[in-house]
Amino acid sequence: MIRVDGNGNSSSLIKVRGLNKTYSRGGETIQVLQGLNLDADKGDFVAFMGPSGSGKTTLLNLLGGLDVPSAGSITVDGDEITHMSGSKLTEWRARHVGFIFQMYNLIPVLTAYQNVELPLLLTKLSKADRRKHVETALSVVGLADRMSHYPRQLSGGQEQRVTIARAIVSDPTFLLCDEPTGDLDRKSADEIMALIEELVGKYGKTVLMVTHDPLIAARAHTTLHLEKGVLVEGKSSRQSVLTGGAA
Amino acid sequence: MKFSGLIFANLFRKKIRLLLTIGSFAVALFLFAFLAVVRNAFNRGADVAGADRLVVIDRVSIINLIPLKYRDQILQIPGVKCITHNNWFGGVYQDEKNFFPQFVIDPENQRQVFPELKVPDDQWNAFLKDREGAIAGARTAERFHWKIGDRIPIKTTLYGGGSWEFNLDGIYHGERPENDETQFWFQWDYFEERIPQVVKGQIGWYVLRVNSPDDSVRVAKAIDEKFANSPNETKTETESAFAAGWVKQFGNIQFLIMTIGTVVFFTLLLVTGNTMAISVRERTSELAVLKAIGFSGRAVLFFVLAESLVIAIVGGLLGLGLALLAVPALANALNGMLPQLVLEPSILVLGLVAALLVGIASGILPGLSAMHMRVVNALRRV
Repeated sequence: MIRVDGNGNSSSLIKVRGLNKTYSRGGETIQVLQGLNLDADKGDFVAFMGPSGSGKTTLLNLLGGLDVPSAGSITVDGDEITHMSGSKLTEWRARHVGFIFQMYNLIPVLTAYQNVELPLLLTKLSKADRRKHVETALSVVGLADRMSHYPRQLSGGQEQRVTIARAIVSDPTFLLCDEPTGDLDRKSADEIMALIEELVGKYGKTVLMVTHDPLIAARAHTTLHLEKGVLVEGKSSRQSVLTGGAA
Repeated sequence: MKFSGLIFANLFRKKIRLLLTIGSFAVALFLFAFLAVVRNAFNRGADVAGADRLVVIDRVSIINLIPLKYRDQILQIPGVKCITHNNWFGGVYQDEKNFFPQFVIDPENQRQVFPELKVPDDQWNAFLKDREGAIAGARTAERFHWKIGDRIPIKTTLYGGGSWEFNLDGIYHGERPENDETQFWFQWDYFEERIPQVVKGQIGWYVLRVNSPDDSVRVAKAIDEKFANSPNETKTETESAFAAGWVKQFGNIQFLIMTIGTVVFFTLLLVTGNTMAISVRERTSELAVLKAIGFSGRAVLFFVLAESLVIAIVGGLLGLGLALLAVPALANALNGMLPQLVLEPSILVLGLVAALLVGIASGILPGLSAMHMRVVNALRRV
């Protein structure tokens, strides 16, 4: 169950408490996130919406350990990541986070297979085991027959599927999607969302997604709105969202 | 290695740029090897000079002759072990372009003074018995396809000019690859018999060996003092100093070569550094993604450095390989105009080390920049 009141139980997969993020720009301090609380359980599918500059991507970056908060804490599966060193955080990301970006961000000189294999190069898996994992991931996204294709030989939707395969190949604790359909036409966007829904429904993945598109957000179990760094309301197709927190 | 696929895929991303960068390395390393060979060739005399050998020339200029009668007086100086004398003949074989150094020698003592230039005893004995006999260095004999027993005409404009004919009685080989194997020796008696009266009894220079290299300074001083205030004052110096002085006549070769070499490598560093910087900048988002999915900053630095090192090694080996092929061909083309051109293993090793250093230097700044790049900032630029 998603909670934003800071009173989630200890079994929550993701626990965010009093999260603040400020930036300095031209001598001015900009408060991007203000005392944000969030609890998400395994298998939750949350969409963050909000206008540009509301702090959606900043929140995603903080949850993914790509950025460090100015104050507050983030705990994932019992690990508090906010005080981890840079190298520890890098290792943690490799084990726990799968990233799906709007622009796919595949390596153009690598085949789909090689792109998906990248996270596994950081593990001690043998080449044969890596192959099994990559083939499975590509099968899940429906691209088993496109393994040796380069990104330029794939459509936008297919590229995003490869990105999803790369994100899930190491079986991370949760997936972070930053506008995963932002660069796709409606049909491809629907296919990608169906795939993400499958990852949640069939494989029990936890997905946190940022989007501008209400139709896409509606596919998530829960939609949370960020406005000027504050979670202001919540909607859920499955259960109620307890709002409040510092906001 | 499991990362090799990623490294090589990135290397081949821009094939023309890769070829041009490797080409830059190859050209620079070829030039480096060539310049080093030329530099060594000029310094060869000093390098192979015997530590116990002294050269006595006319104080004013080596082109002035000095009396043969000095020989016995020099031999009386304590510490002198043996002495020989030479004259420059300055001839050509058949054609002007067939130049090689010919020396008139004192057959009795030449081998004692230059023991590193080996002639088989039977050939040397035949030479001693043959007034018109000659000994050729192995490289010169090979160059003109001479074999023992050949009659060899040499034309000279010195000593009254004309064509002199010799019988090739032997071929000498150097003890070390660096030894000069281009000389042509013939007998003093034959020379003395044919030269004009005015230069009879005059030799070009003496070469002598002392009992110990420690005696060199004292003996050199004693020789020059003995002939001070005579019509033919002498200048005596160690063979290596003589060789170094000879090279100086061509200008400061060492400085020139070092300057060219430094400019070549500095330019290479700028070219490859710029190439690596562009290559990394083009891939900012990709490197950011690698870091996002768990590759450490050090891994990213390693990828960038590995790319620049592969370019450096391939380009370096290509350039040095070309030099290996080109130097012998060049040596032949120069027809002995330069001292022996040898591409020594030490030059190859030094070249490869220099290539690696340039490879590291050109990759380190872009690599460090990628290593410290903030993923969030890099992704925001996409």
